[in-house]
Formats: sequence, structure tokens, C-alpha cells
Amino acid sequence: MSAPTVTPDAGAAATPVEVRRRAEAPGSDKGYVFPTLFMLAFLVYFLMPLAWLFIASTKSLDDLFSSFGLWFSGFDLFDNIGDTFSKDDGVYRTWLRNTLLYSFVSAVGAALLAAAGGYGFAKFQFKGKNLLFWFVVGSVMVPTTALAIPTYLLFSELGFTNNPLSIILPSLVSPFGVYLMRIYAEAAVPSDLIEAARIDGAGEFRIFGKIAFRLLAPAFVTVLLFNFVATWNNYFLPLVMLSEPRWYPLTVGLAQWNSQATASGGATSAFTTVITGSLISVVPLIIAFVFLQRYWQSGLGAGGVKG
Amino acid sequence: MTQATTTAPAPATARVPGGRRKRAGDRHGVAGFLFTLPFIALFLAAFIAPLAYALYLSVFREQLVGGTTFVGLDNYTEGVKDQQFTDGVIRVALYLLIQVPLMLLLALVFALILDSGKVWLPKLFRVGIFVPYAVPTVIAALMWGFLYGRDFGPFADVADAINVPPPDFLSQNTMLFSIANVATWTYTGYNMIILYAALRAIPSELFEAAAVDGAGAVRTAIHVKLPLLRPALLLCAIFSVIGSFQLFTEPQIFYSLAPEVIGKAYTPNLYIWNLAFADQRLNYAAALSFLLGIVVFVVSYLVMNAARRQEAR
Repeated sequence: MSAPTVTPDAGAAATPVEVRRRAEAPGSDKGYVFPTLFMLAFLVYFLMPLAWLFIASTKSLDDLFSSFGLWFSGFDLFDNIGDTFSKDDGVYRTWLRNTLLYSFVSAVGAALLAAAGGYGFAKFQFKGKNLLFWFVVGSVMVPTTALAIPTYLLFSELGFTNNPLSIILPSLVSPFGVYLMRIYAEAAVPSDLIEAARIDGAGEFRIFGKIAFRLLAPAFVTVLLFNFVATWNNYFLPLVMLSEPRWYPLTVGLAQWNSQATASGGATSAFTTVITGSLISVVPLIIAFVFLQRYWQSGLGAGGVKG
Repeated sequence: MTQATTTAPAPATARVPGGRRKRAGDRHGVAGFLFTLPFIALFLAAFIAPLAYALYLSVFREQLVGGTTFVGLDNYTEGVKDQQFTDGVIRVALYLLIQVPLMLLLALVFALILDSGKVWLPKLFRVGIFVPYAVPTVIAALMWGFLYGRDFGPFADVADAINVPPPDFLSQNTMLFSIANVATWTYTGYNMIILYAALRAIPSELFEAAAVDGAGAVRTAIHVKLPLLRPALLLCAIFSVIGSFQLFTEPQIFYSLAPEVIGKAYTPNLYIWNLAFADQRLNYAAALSFLLGIVVFVVSYLVMNAARRQEAR
């Protein structure tokens, strides 16, 4: 296991899946039936809630309460989407925009910081480097939830809460991203190449920008994707940091709509907007995950070897 | 796979420099430090500084008379004796004992089946089981909250159809299991992919040898693959333990559905959040955050130690 699952040489993305091929006994279909049925049974469990969410989003309020949950009844999806976006003066649009902004800026920023940091840790020697790196690796063990209250306490002391930067700044710090970039850069950026560029007179930052960064691109996308998802899904940090709905991301906004709907009791149209709003908020991420499979698989692969 | 232990990264780098590289390193060390500087600066500002400030806050107490006074470890001793806090810790520990083994067992079985190659449509299963991870925990909790519900949940629909009382998923006795189900639904696929990637990294000669010896797929999985998966399993277990102690979103969302079951202190994090925001007891909340951190650290250490001892046996 000298080269972990991050194998920069094996094509664009590190795909541990394709590295090893195995001889399979030909023509033994019988052995496939039971495992496939077993997996299929569980697949139903994992996809049922999402199927329900989609079906429920297509129903009018009456049908939602009166018809069977896992089958269609009428098709009001587009009305529901319209209601979701127009409720409370179109605040859903603001939440969607905030979520996109926080996720995009945090993901790009965190991936850039991680790429530069990981490259620095991998390819240079400087005083205190190992100690610093151990601090970073150790902090992977500190979950974001545990950090959110202390971060809020400090930021509120400095009068720096209830603004987009109070969400983005903490989300820019990705210790795991730095760790991943370092092991990737060690293998993907040949030291000889850096040395050759230096002899040609290129400066360190030019070498990073023009040569190293391109070689780091697959790991960059992986870190980008994971930070995007982490910020998109983040709930606790925005919940403690933000006090005005105009700064909320989707997660906090939808949770608030839901508690209003539940508190008012009975069949209020708030339920259809919460359900449709939830559907709209998960669709982009599901599409991203399906299309960017090789990146998250390699990222989690690296996590598995990390131990 | 022997390298896949906690100590993997550091020795590799510490031993790398040869003569030539070291010379280059001396000359370019400043540039290397500058590359890491932006990250380190933010790391200090948004990671270390908050922890340091919270640690500072935790040794003070705000009093109605006399303002803020230094109280040493009083907040911590109060926390240890605070039954709402300890009950929450015990509750998540119980939750962890049920949820983590069940989830990891499922993830392990899925990964082994996918890796055996004896399944049709492997890609569909890989993506389909992983997809819940892309769903924000808030949305997952909202969704399951609706599914559990009596008004328009499909379980209640089925119960109505066959004339039995609808099951109560959010009662005192069932709540913890209902929360565990949400977490299992969200994270099983994530763990499956980690284990699957680790399986794929095992050199195939090992399986070929087992096949030559006449071992079937199941026996190969148990006797050859499982022992090699131990480091990856341990990693999954540690992260699940950390995650379990941080439980917050699900109980916070379910509070609006069953306020009398959840209350103010169902989990330690929910209690800390209520202390900080509803009660404005910031100093005490900071101290409890650290107490919770200590609990997480100790339990993670125990899990790691137990795994190591088993390895030695």
C-alpha cells in the first residue's frame, strides 16, 4: 500500500475501483440471484424516502393528507414550486441564493487554501512544519458541531455574527482537505519537475500556478465537492450565527418553516411548501453526486486509507 | 494495508528528504511556509482561537450581583453533577451502542457483496445506497418526520387500511430508535463506500491464493477480506462515535413534533445549545462543550485501544 487509493498517475481522477480487475468464474448466474435480491431489498429502503418526497411534492394539500403516501394523486408539482418561491415574499429564493453563495465561496476558497497548503507541506521543508501538520491532522477529529458554539461565542464577542462571512470564514478551514492535498501532492507533483522549472528561472508561485496546480486538479475537485456538500448541508453553524431570515441558508429556513407549520397544527399549506422546498434543495446535490462519482469515491477512498 | 494506521502520513514525510531535496528545501523553505500561511492563518483564527476563547470563558461565571467572576473549575464540577447533562450523555452512549454496530454491519455486508463481483447492477447499488449522504441531515430529519407522522405518513396509511392503530414512532420508548434510523439511512452508504474502497485496495493475489485453496466467496470474505478491513472499519467506527456524541439536528427537528419527549436536554449538544441561546448561560455552555469533548476523546481512545488489543490477540 505504498500508493494509497489516491493514484494520480492512473488517469484524471484517482479511481481505486478500476485499478484491480479480477478473474470471474464464467457463466455462474446462479450465484448472482441472492446477493442481488438482498441488495435490492435494501435499495428500496434507501430510496423510499426520496421517492416519497418526490411524490408528496406533486400533490395538492388535500391529496397530501387524503391519498396514500407512496403513490401519485393528481399532479401539482409546478403549482407547489410556484407556492414555495412566492411564500413570505419569495424568501425561499433568498435562502437558495444564500446557500449557493455560502457553498460556492466556501468550497472554492477551502479547496484553494488546501491546495496551496498541501503543496507547501508536501514539497518544502521549513521549521515547525511537522508540528504544524500534526496540529492540522489532529483537528480533523474535532467535529464542526463541537466547534460551532465556541466560534459563535468568539464571533459575537467581536460583534461579527449575523452576516455571510460568519458562515463562510469557518467553512474555509478544511483540515481534511489539507491532509488529502498533501498526500496527493507528494505523489502527483514530481520534485524533479519543480527543480527543472526553478533552473529555468521560474518563481515559486509561478511554478505552483502554472505547473503544480494542474497536476493537483483531481484532488482539488474532490476537496471542492466535499466542502460544497458540507457547507450546503450545514445547519448548526448558521443556526447559531444568523438571527435574520434574510441571511438564512435553505437548511435553517426550511427547519423554521417546518416548526411554524407543525406549531399551527392541522392541514396548513405550509406543509406542501416545506416538502417541495426540501425536494428542490436536495436535487442539485444528488445530480452533482451522480455525475461526479469518481471524485467522491476517490476522496472517501483516501479517507479509508488514512486510518 | 499495513500502512493504514493513524501514524500513516508523518513518518513518510519525515524520512523522505534525501541530500538533494534537503538542500532545495533550505533554499525554498520560506516559499513553502508562505504556501501554507493562508490556511494556517485562517486555521488559527477560526479554529484555534474560538477554542481558546471558549476555554477562557469556561472558567468564569456571570452573576446577577457582582458581574463576571473567576470561578476556576466550578462550571466543570457543576456539569459533572448536572443530571440533565449526564442523562443526555448516557442517552447518546446508548444510542451509539445500538446504531453504530448496526450501521457498520450493514455497510460491511454491502461492501463485501459489491466487492465479490457476484451482483448484478453494482453501480446502481453503489450510487443508490450512497445517495442519502447527499441529503442534508435537516432535510432527512424533516422527511422521516413526515414519514413517521400520523397525518400523511405511509406507515399510518397502511395501518389505517388494515384497521390497526398507527404506530407511534415518536413516543418516549421509540424516539431513540427513530433517530437512529435517520442516521443509519444517511450514513450507511458513506461507510459502505469507505469500506468498498479499502477492499479494492487489497492486492488480488491474496484472493487468488484463497481461491486456489478452494475457498468460496463467503469464506474468502470472512477469513481473508475481513481481517484486512480492520483499519478502515476502525476509522468508520471512530468517526461514527464522534458523530453520535454530537447528535443535534434530528432531535432539534423532532422537537416540534414531540416536544414533551425531546425536552430541552435530549442530547448533550441540544442542552448546550439551549443553555447558550435560551438561557444565555454562555460560560456554563462553554464548559459543557469541553466536558463533551473530553467524553468524546475518552470514548474514541477506548474504541481504538480495544481494537488494538484485539489485533494483538
